[in-house]
Amino acid sequence: MTTATRPARSPNEPLVPFAELVAEGARAGAPAWLATFRRGSAERFTAVGLPTSKDEDWRFTPVQGLARENLGVVRRPAPVAPEALKPFLLGSERGALVVVIDGRFEASLSHLPVLPTGARIMSLAAAITEGIPEVEAHLGRYATPDVTPFAALNGAVFADGLFLHLAAGIAIELPIQVLHVSTGAVPVVAPRSLLLVGRGASVTVVESFASVGGTTGFTNGVTEIVLGRNARCEHLRVQREGAEAWHIGLTEVSQERDSHYRSFTLALGAKLSRHDLRARLGAENVETLLYGLYLGRNEQLHDNHTAIFHDQPHCNSWEVYKGVLTDRSHAVFNGKVIVQPVAQKTDAKQTNRNLLLSETARVDTKPQLEIFADDVKCTHGATVGKMDEQQRYYLKTRGIAGRVAEGVLIWAFTAEVLAEVTDPGIRETLEKLVRAELETMIG
Amino acid sequence: MSLLQVVDLHATVGETEILKGISLTVNAGEVHAIMGPNGSGKSTLAQVLAGHPAYTVTSGTVTLDGADLLDLEPEERAHAGVFLAFQYPVEIPGVTNAYFLRMAYNEVRKARGLEELDPIDFYDLLEEKLKVVRWGPEVMERAVNFGFSGGEKKRNEILQMAVLEPRLAILDETDSGLDIDAMRIVADGVNQLRRPDHATILVTHYQRLLDYIVPDFVHVLADGRIVKSGGKELAHELEARGYEWLTGVPEAAVA
Repeated sequence: MTTATRPARSPNEPLVPFAELVAEGARAGAPAWLATFRRGSAERFTAVGLPTSKDEDWRFTPVQGLARENLGVVRRPAPVAPEALKPFLLGSERGALVVVIDGRFEASLSHLPVLPTGARIMSLAAAITEGIPEVEAHLGRYATPDVTPFAALNGAVFADGLFLHLAAGIAIELPIQVLHVSTGAVPVVAPRSLLLVGRGASVTVVESFASVGGTTGFTNGVTEIVLGRNARCEHLRVQREGAEAWHIGLTEVSQERDSHYRSFTLALGAKLSRHDLRARLGAENVETLLYGLYLGRNEQLHDNHTAIFHDQPHCNSWEVYKGVLTDRSHAVFNGKVIVQPVAQKTDAKQTNRNLLLSETARVDTKPQLEIFADDVKCTHGATVGKMDEQQRYYLKTRGIAGRVAEGVLIWAFTAEVLAEVTDPGIRETLEKLVRAELETMIG
Repeated sequence: MSLLQVVDLHATVGETEILKGISLTVNAGEVHAIMGPNGSGKSTLAQVLAGHPAYTVTSGTVTLDGADLLDLEPEERAHAGVFLAFQYPVEIPGVTNAYFLRMAYNEVRKARGLEELDPIDFYDLLEEKLKVVRWGPEVMERAVNFGFSGGEKKRNEILQMAVLEPRLAILDETDSGLDIDAMRIVADGVNQLRRPDHATILVTHYQRLLDYIVPDFVHVLADGRIVKSGGKELAHELEARGYEWLTGVPEAAVA
């Protein structure tokens, strides 16, 4: 494989390569509205730069190394064979499969079945070229450049991803898979997806992130999800990138009245992963369910930041994130719940539970409830610790102890959130994946 | 030799003494009912026999088939043939009943130096055992007690007991929270499992269960001591008269 290495950068000028990329993105040919968005994003990123440990939201997640480590390397991407994708596929083969290699839609590896009228599943770049009005109307309106520095970086340089548009009342039965593959060949893999689920429409979308042909790379993805009135979306996000990869992602959800959003995120891979999941409950009677699971070993860092904006009354949010950590791995959880003064009758519950299997694993967990309404039910709880003693005793009374019991208890801890994945086929595959990972972790 | 011999057993939780000198002899083939008002120590006795780590035995002895029980870990007691049906069975998400039962069965077999059963042979055994609680095979694919109703959880305890075939089964308020149909199923299960070389201890607050599982002996516990022992007719007397005539404490005060 040919490797071309850029000149080494001095560590005290880490932003130079990013600045180049950002400038390139801002110059790239695009419709006027997109050029404006890219320019605005570029300006924002240039102004704020990479976050440092002084930024409260990035206190435990050191990303400064990114500029030095990943941006010097550009090599020719090796073609990705269909067989190489197999281990990462989830769900039915008959469902839509959108494959995005290093941030670009790859038609030859994708599978787009015939869809009912009013449903579109296509490359975002193609949707922009076609001038589909919904793209202009929505892209960048939710994950704005000021959300995080990485959202700005993505806005400046993103190439492609999924565009999904479901008109009112359309239900897509089979889960839609979006498989993001990083080959480690490009400096920043910046996929961007836009999901518009119309009034009363429903869909399940599985976004997977994987490394093929290498273990390095830097993915910086953004997904915007817009749910119309009474729309339903189940969103699964599975991160299985290589052991040396950097993975940053932002999911921004906007919910109309009576809509239902259910998310499950699984973080297994990368040396550093950070996912921001933000849901804006912008109308009454919205339901938002967020489930998450992260497994850390070696020196891995998994950071989950969630923010739930209760902007209107009578909305429910329910959040359970769990982690199992061993070796010297580290997890960060920050769960914001912001209840506006008008958002009376809010029912919000947040839980973060962590299981530490080694003395050197570490968790920083922080619930952050900001409640400005007085007639609400909001609870939160965070635990960091060992196994469930009740379960342990129960197993003992059935003759099961020692390592066998340990395995069962750790598995049961994770299975509780895995059970929240609705599709039985996908759930089973994810269970196998988690089980295999746990076996590696506990040896 | 009696199957279970409890002599002057004292146990505490934290600083509080709950069992204040219990003596009890259970022979093979017998069913003993332990009754008493709430807070009398019935459930503590059940948990102490199973080896719950929250309780400390301060004095007294317990032997199973003549061997000391108190020195054993809960799992070693299970291997020796002690089974506790929990008042509040614990949920284990993600672990199917079939997997759990085979694991428990094989752990007990391993401890006894017997060969483990493979899934196919175990499934045959399980099919038989399911009949005891009148369940179909579909329950085997559900996670242990996860999302089970109260009645289903109790039935699941009896199923575990059927699979493990304990020497000594202790049922801790297995009748509480059961409707009459569920109780019949549970009681029928226990009756089917009665064998001359096994023994059963039923811990219960109400006489109702004893209409279905007829005990050989009834013991009344009050304030950590057995205050009266008798035959099955004692249960009826308790049903008619309450506990106050034995405990000296009005029911409402201890409930």
